[in-house]
Amino acid sequence: MPHDHHDHDHPHDHDGLSPSGHPYRADNDAPLSYWQRMEIAVRELMIEKGHLTADQVSAQIDTMDARSPANGAAVVARAWVDPDFRARLLDDAGAASREMGFDIGPLHLIAVENTAQVHNLIVCTLCSCYPRNLLGLPPDWYKTREYRARAVREPRAVLREFGLDLPDSTTIRVHDSTADMRYIVLPARPSGTDGMTEAALAALVTRDSMVGTGLPRQP
Amino acid sequence: MGGQSAGQICADQHDFALWEKRVDALMVLCSGAGFFTVDGLRRALEDMGEEAFNTMTYYERWIAAINQNLVETGAYTLEELGQRMDEIAARGPTYAAAQKEAAQENPDTNGPSHA
Repeated sequence: MPHDHHDHDHPHDHDGLSPSGHPYRADNDAPLSYWQRMEIAVRELMIEKGHLTADQVSAQIDTMDARSPANGAAVVARAWVDPDFRARLLDDAGAASREMGFDIGPLHLIAVENTAQVHNLIVCTLCSCYPRNLLGLPPDWYKTREYRARAVREPRAVLREFGLDLPDSTTIRVHDSTADMRYIVLPARPSGTDGMTEAALAALVTRDSMVGTGLPRQP
Repeated sequence: MGGQSAGQICADQHDFALWEKRVDALMVLCSGAGFFTVDGLRRALEDMGEEAFNTMTYYERWIAAINQNLVETGAYTLEELGQRMDEIAARGPTYAAAQKEAAQENPDTNGPSHA
């Protein structure tokens, strides 16, 4: 079992945090670690055996780098201006996103709508499942033990740490993502945005508002 | 994990290192090619136990899970992996130095353009 090896030489302590309390980050000029060697070996073996090509790996990284929360923001803005699209999005978020040209892959995507009474929050308690096709790679905090453990235990306290102090009358629904079921929050359209263009509305939609740890910007 | 008590959430954000992006790409490409499912990866991650979640970084766990699934599928053997990892260790002291040289004996299969 690869994880039985303990000869990787990361300097991190038991919490994986540096003395300043920040996660260590791997870099290209640090001493080669056990797990980096494994990555190189796996990649080379897969390429040499004809299972993958180096170009595929490069192209996949480019695709990943090109994804951003702007994709999700475009979907949200469309739902704000087009009631029929909103209905389709809430019915099948994957199909509605594909309508706009976004590749969602085979996974099920579910849009959950914030209203005056309900606020939705997304987490993946086991790992880091995230609507990456619409939002890009998850932010570091989404993957932390702290967020994953506490989002389902004390979501109101977690939201307060993100600067979102919701009244007790607001119902908070926490959605735990699974391997093949991802969620995206459809935030409520901010007041004072009547007559704004779809593009201007999309600029108000933040990444965190689509995870549930924030709200859209005010115009 | 979910439901346990834990400390304040660290809001720091950093770019991903190249090797981390490659792990991510391997995950997407190998599952897309049918070598494993995301369920298979999660099973491997869960089997690691709590210790791994406290001592390994995120992408360290992912490459371990990917490797375990690929070995189980028969994409390559543990012996091949171990031998290759030893070779890689001999190439150089850093991640960049340990990449396969572009002019080695397998001109068709080397030279990741992101090196």
